Amino acid sequence: MTILQARELAIRFGGIKAVDGITFDVAEGEIFTIIGPNGAGKTTIFNLISRIYDASGGRLLFEGIDITRVPPHEIAGRGIARTFQNVELFEHATLLQNLLLGQHAHRQTRLWEELLFLPGVRSSERKIRRRVEEVIDFLDLQRYRDATVHDLPYGVRKIIELARALCTRPKLILLDEPSSGLNVEETEDLSFWIRDIRDDLGITVVMVEHDLSLVNDVSDRVMAVNSGRLLTIGSPATVQSHPDVVKAYLGG
Amino acid sequence: MAEFLQLFVNGLAVGCIYGLVALGFVLIYKAGEVVNFAQGELVMLGAFVAFTFVVQFGLNYWVGLALAIVVMATFGGLLEMIVVRRIIGQPQFSTVMLTIGFGVVMRSGAAMVWGPETRSLPTPFDAATFRFGGVVLSAVYLSILATTAILGLILFGFFRFSRIGIAMQAASQNQLAAYCMGIPVKRVLSGVWALSAAVATIAGVMLAPINLIDTNLGAVGLKAFAAAVIGGFGSIPGAVLGGILIGLIDLFSGVYLPQGFKDIASYIVLLIVLVVRPQGLFGSVGRKKV
Amino acid sequence: MRFIFKTRYDQDIGLFPHRGTVFWYSLLSVALVAAPFLIAPYYVGELSFLFIWSLAGLSLMVLAGYAGLISIGHAAFLGIGAYVHVYLIHRGVPFLPAMLSAGATAAAAGVVIGVPAIRMRGLYLAIATLAFSAIVQEVFVRWEALTGGSRGVAVPKPQFFGWSLEGEVGFYYLCLSVLVVCILAILNLLRASTGRAWIAIRDSEIAAQSMGVNLAGYKTLAFAVSAFLAGLAGALFAHKVGYLTPDIFTPILSIQLLMLVMVGGVGSIHGAIFGAIFLVLLPTVIALLRDYLPAGIAQQPALEPGIYGVILVLMVLLEPLGINGLWRKIKFFFWQFPMYKSATFKRQKTYMRTERLR
Repeated sequence: MTILQARELAIRFGGIKAVDGITFDVAEGEIFTIIGPNGAGKTTIFNLISRIYDASGGRLLFEGIDITRVPPHEIAGRGIARTFQNVELFEHATLLQNLLLGQHAHRQTRLWEELLFLPGVRSSERKIRRRVEEVIDFLDLQRYRDATVHDLPYGVRKIIELARALCTRPKLILLDEPSSGLNVEETEDLSFWIRDIRDDLGITVVMVEHDLSLVNDVSDRVMAVNSGRLLTIGSPATVQSHPDVVKAYLGG
Repeated sequence: MAEFLQLFVNGLAVGCIYGLVALGFVLIYKAGEVVNFAQGELVMLGAFVAFTFVVQFGLNYWVGLALAIVVMATFGGLLEMIVVRRIIGQPQFSTVMLTIGFGVVMRSGAAMVWGPETRSLPTPFDAATFRFGGVVLSAVYLSILATTAILGLILFGFFRFSRIGIAMQAASQNQLAAYCMGIPVKRVLSGVWALSAAVATIAGVMLAPINLIDTNLGAVGLKAFAAAVIGGFGSIPGAVLGGILIGLIDLFSGVYLPQGFKDIASYIVLLIVLVVRPQGLFGSVGRKKV
Repeated sequence: MRFIFKTRYDQDIGLFPHRGTVFWYSLLSVALVAAPFLIAPYYVGELSFLFIWSLAGLSLMVLAGYAGLISIGHAAFLGIGAYVHVYLIHRGVPFLPAMLSAGATAAAAGVVIGVPAIRMRGLYLAIATLAFSAIVQEVFVRWEALTGGSRGVAVPKPQFFGWSLEGEVGFYYLCLSVLVVCILAILNLLRASTGRAWIAIRDSEIAAQSMGVNLAGYKTLAFAVSAFLAGLAGALFAHKVGYLTPDIFTPILSIQLLMLVMVGGVGSIHGAIFGAIFLVLLPTVIALLRDYLPAGIAQQPALEPGIYGVILVLMVLLEPLGINGLWRKIKFFFWQFPMYKSATFKRQKTYMRTERLR
């Protein structure tokens, strides 16, 4: 079953066509990777899905519903989460607060209930905390729980990005260069986590990646783009031997 | 008709002064992304210092003016070196509080040194007036227009075409990168503050014949703020044009609108601009790339 | 050294992390409740003033410290609250509904400035609030039917069901109860979704949006809540000063509030209280100082604002975390004793990056 569909997706910034008529489908439960040189429009595609940018053409469908014009803050509620290439965490808050915020889209308390901190709010807080603790266990973040994000090393912050995205209980997660800045061991951990996310949590993963060993390791299908246009979609091996991809991205 | 033209000319002159003060804001903002909430107080201090040289020491007007510019430029540079430099990299809230703080200190200091009485500054243009078909143009106003035009052009050219000007803009966008490019960031910043203080002094001296000099002269800062925003924070021609617009609004609302609107008409225009087109006339909109 | 060993989620969710805090706050409550019977009426009055300032500081703290929206015109909301409250009292409305309506009107004004503010970045928002405050002050002068214009309007003592609160003691308890209720309400908001959403907006708007935070809604809410609290503070303030004129609610008052927040310590409720203490004590300290300064300086009326300015500048340069920051450093020092390292809180050298793109 297709969970995400892009039809002739396009956006232009002034005269530059950052994304120029890209069409692809993502099946539910697959790990779908987007590769391409820098400036190809990969992150722009993610920004279009997250509705940070408004598409100038084309359509986006999530679970069959058209989300091309949906307000950005409703995306999380519909089940799409994302991480950012340059880590966008809440720097002055603790890790716990960052993750608790991930649950925001699913909150059930109203303003006046919170003002009085009714028992319903308290039990709701406990429930949220329990969910967040599950994610913390999944990614081994226990020792950083009360640390302010500002002080933590880069590798840990990337993992917190992932954790926060998982806390939104998504059906589809967009990972933007998850392995950039991670060393070999951390990248290996990451490949296990990505597969666990798909296998144990049932979340579809769409990834932008440059690390081809990671791509080969985890991806079901790969899409190559260049200069905003689609080159090819297929299995990792097929795409990497495709002549256009080799010319544009992988080199002779 | 003649009355309309007269109002227009007066508004133009007052607006030029607002424009000059706004220029001071924009200079500092362009260089360090600091909004100097004490710019009005710099204007006031400049006027007082000029007054001291010209009236209390009895120097020639032009000599006194030049000395005042030098003194204030040094003051601006020192202010940057001693105070502002230490809060570089801190969140905006801190810099806002800092500039508000030393604005208050400057105003109190002026009140303590020069006392609460209003002073006046005689200019060499006092007597002369010109007539153009029913419109009276005093030499004072003409000098204001001329000075603003010249200064505006010089500064615009400076930032657009000279190496130092471009270096200043680079330093405001990413200091670390600017350092790596060999830009002497600290000296550049001090230079800009000195420049801005000098411009403020000129504005103060030109405002003196119109408003007289007292510690409230700094209130012009708020209107100039509005001017800088309307013109687009970060744009030099914008600051001048914004100032002229505010000057015109001031004068026309004083005559054509019911009483009491004169003071707030500019602020209402400011709010409208902020809602409809926050980047002002010439500013540019930026958006973080994620 | 105290280490908090957590065994239940409630320890994080609740207001007090451990028993020690409960003990100290109980002690403080007892002291505050008993105070009017132990100290002179003048000091009781000063404490009431402290509570009112704390409430005003709390309102600005919510906006600036937690939601990250700088407002340089908060005096406007105080003024609106004060004038509306007095207007309703003169028309015979009972005290509590009048005060709540004053808060609600201020909140409405907060929404009026908040809605356009949604589209503005931090700096422009600050300028907009300044302009708004200037406009509101002019409205106070011109709208004679509501405010009595420049002549001002007298404020009667608060009345409850026919009883008049004549003395300092009754007013003290009134202010204390209002303050405590508001602090608790805000604390509740801060430990639930709303507070977290505000902090998210302060730190990264784009990430907040991706997490499902409706930016426009929460920013407007921050303004409304903040203005409501300021309105309440304004109503109490009106009773305290006894006579309202438009030149009470000047930009200087807004700057004093900002100073309260800055000096107290941005981003904490303790900060609002510390800042209020500072602001109330300062004139007394300056008055004492005048005895020691040479005559020429001491008699200047401009000395007081001058000292305010100097302290503000010094605070920003030396202790940007305010008194609250100082307090936590001192506590930390004693906890870590004798292993405290003086470099613990040394600020890292930061370089400026443009904030125009956020």
